[in-house]
Amino acid sequence: MAYSAKVMDHFMNPRNVGELDNANGVGEVGNAKCGDIMKIYLDVQDNVIRDVRFNTFGCGAAIATSSMATELIKGKTIEEAMELTNKAVVEALDGLPPVKLHCSVLAEEAVQAALRDYYERQGLPVPEKLQPRCSGSCDHCHCPA
Amino acid sequence: MLRVYADNAATTAMSPAAKAAMLPYFDEIYGNPSSPHSFGQAAAAALQEARETVARCLGAKADEITFTSGGSEADNQAILSAAAAGEKQGKRHMISTAFEHHAVLHTLQKLERQGWEITLLPVHEDGIVRVEELKAAIRPDTALVTIMYANNEIGTIQPIAEIGAICREKGVLFHTDAVQAAGHLHIDVAAQNIDLLSLSGHKFHGPKGAGVLYVRKGTLRLQNLIEGGGQERGKRAGTENLPAIVGMAVALDEACKHLDQHTAHVTKLRDRLIDGLLKIPYARLNGSAEHRLPGNVNFSFPGVEGEALLLLLDSMGVAASSGSACTSGSLDPSHVLLAIGLSHEVAHGSLRLSLCHTNTEEEIDHILAVVPQVVQRLRDMSPVWKDMMKKEAV
Repeated sequence: MAYSAKVMDHFMNPRNVGELDNANGVGEVGNAKCGDIMKIYLDVQDNVIRDVRFNTFGCGAAIATSSMATELIKGKTIEEAMELTNKAVVEALDGLPPVKLHCSVLAEEAVQAALRDYYERQGLPVPEKLQPRCSGSCDHCHCPA
Repeated sequence: MLRVYADNAATTAMSPAAKAAMLPYFDEIYGNPSSPHSFGQAAAAALQEARETVARCLGAKADEITFTSGGSEADNQAILSAAAAGEKQGKRHMISTAFEHHAVLHTLQKLERQGWEITLLPVHEDGIVRVEELKAAIRPDTALVTIMYANNEIGTIQPIAEIGAICREKGVLFHTDAVQAAGHLHIDVAAQNIDLLSLSGHKFHGPKGAGVLYVRKGTLRLQNLIEGGGQERGKRAGTENLPAIVGMAVALDEACKHLDQHTAHVTKLRDRLIDGLLKIPYARLNGSAEHRLPGNVNFSFPGVEGEALLLLLDSMGVAASSGSACTSGSLDPSHVLLAIGLSHEVAHGSLRLSLCHTNTEEEIDHILAVVPQVVQRLRDMSPVWKDMMKKEAV
C-alpha cells in the first residue's frame, strides 16, 4: 500500500486544521472503535462557506481526506458543498489505496453532517441529501479486507 | 537526518558474519545436497554442519532439527502433525493462547472448522499465561499445547519451563513458537521440556526464507506439508535453501554466543526508552515490564491512531510498527492488544519499537526527541483527545 504524493502532502501539511469558535455548523462522524473520527466546523455567511476547520482522529488517509474535503468546500455555496462526493475527494488526492476508500466516504459524510447542523441551527428544513447515513458501525464505511 | 531502524521484531539486518558465510554457497559450493558426487557431498556436509550448529544452540540433537522456509511453515507443520497424531488416538482438543501469531491461530482455526475443540487461554493484562489455568484446561483428549515463547507485539515472555513441566507431567505434547525468542533468550529444549519448537532465521540477523522445526525424538511423526523428494528425512520435500540455512545457523550461533552481552546492552536501551516514553501524558506500556524481551517496547497513546503515528515517525527518521487496524489491513486492531484488555480505541493508537544490539544511545535520544512531538501533533488535531481532555477538566 502506497499513498500518492498528494495524500502525503495533505497528511504531512494538513490544511484547515483546528476549530472555529464562531462555527454555525458542526458535524462529527465515525467511531473511535473503528479507528477514525472526523469533526468539521463551518462558518457560513450569506449562504457561503467563509471558513472551515477540521479535527480528525485517524490514519494518514483520514487526515488527508479531511484536509482535501475542507479545501474543496471552502468559499463554496452550501448548495455546492452539498454536492461534494467522496469520489471528488479521491480524485483530488490522485487516488487512494482501495482499503482506504472508506476515509473519503467519511470525509463526505462529515461535510454533510456539518451542513445538516447548519440547517438545523437556522431552523430550516434539512434537504433530503443531508439525511444522516453513518450508522456508527465500522462496517458502514469500511469494506472488510 | 539520523535514520533509526526500530522494527527488529519485524525483521533484522543480516549479520556480516552470516552474510559472508552464505556467499560460497551460491557459486562455489552449489551442489545439491542430495547428489552423490563431490559437489553434492560438499553441500551435504555444510547442511549437516548447520544442523549440528542449530541443534547445539537449542540443546537438541542434530536429527531433531528440520529445516523449513521459516517460522510460519514450522508452526503449521507442528500443529497439523500433532493433529494427525491426535486423531489416531481419538484426541481432538488443543490448547493455545489468545495472542499467538496468526501462523498458529489460523492453523488452529482450520482445525476448529474440522471439528476440533480449541481452548485459548487468557493472557491477562500483563500478557502472561497463568500455569494454573493451563493445568485446569488440559483434558484426557488434549493432543497439543502450543504457547509462544515470547509475544511478537508486546514482547512478554511466557513461563515456558513451567509449562513444559506441566505438559510432561500430564503426558501432553508441547509446542512453542519461539520465533521472537530464538537468539534473544536462552533456550534449552531438554531442560525446558519442549517437545516442538519453531524459529525463523531472519529474526536474529540471519537471512529470510529459512526456519527450523525442532521435534523431540520419539514424540511425534511429522506430516509433510510439501510432498516430493526425500529431503529432511522425507518430512519436507524440496531442494534445501542451503545458503539461507548456512546463514541462519551462523547467525544463531553468533546470537547465542553474544546473548548475555547483547541482552545487557539492549535492555539498557529499552529501559531508557520506556522511562522516557512514560513521560508522555496518558502513555501506557503494554505488557509486563518485567517479563519482557530485551528489545521490545510497546506503548499506547490514547487519542492518536497508529498508522498516522508511523508515517510521521518515518518522516522524522524512525521506523517502527503499530497494532492499529490501518496497519493490519483489517477492521480490528491487533488481537494481541485486545487480548490484554485494551479497548479498540486505545489499541488503535499503539506503537511498537523493537531494538537490537546495533541500536545506539544516540538513536534512543533521537526516538525520545521525536515520539513526543509526533504524538502531540496528532493529538492537537484529534477530536478524541480533545473530548478526553474536556472530560478530564470536569
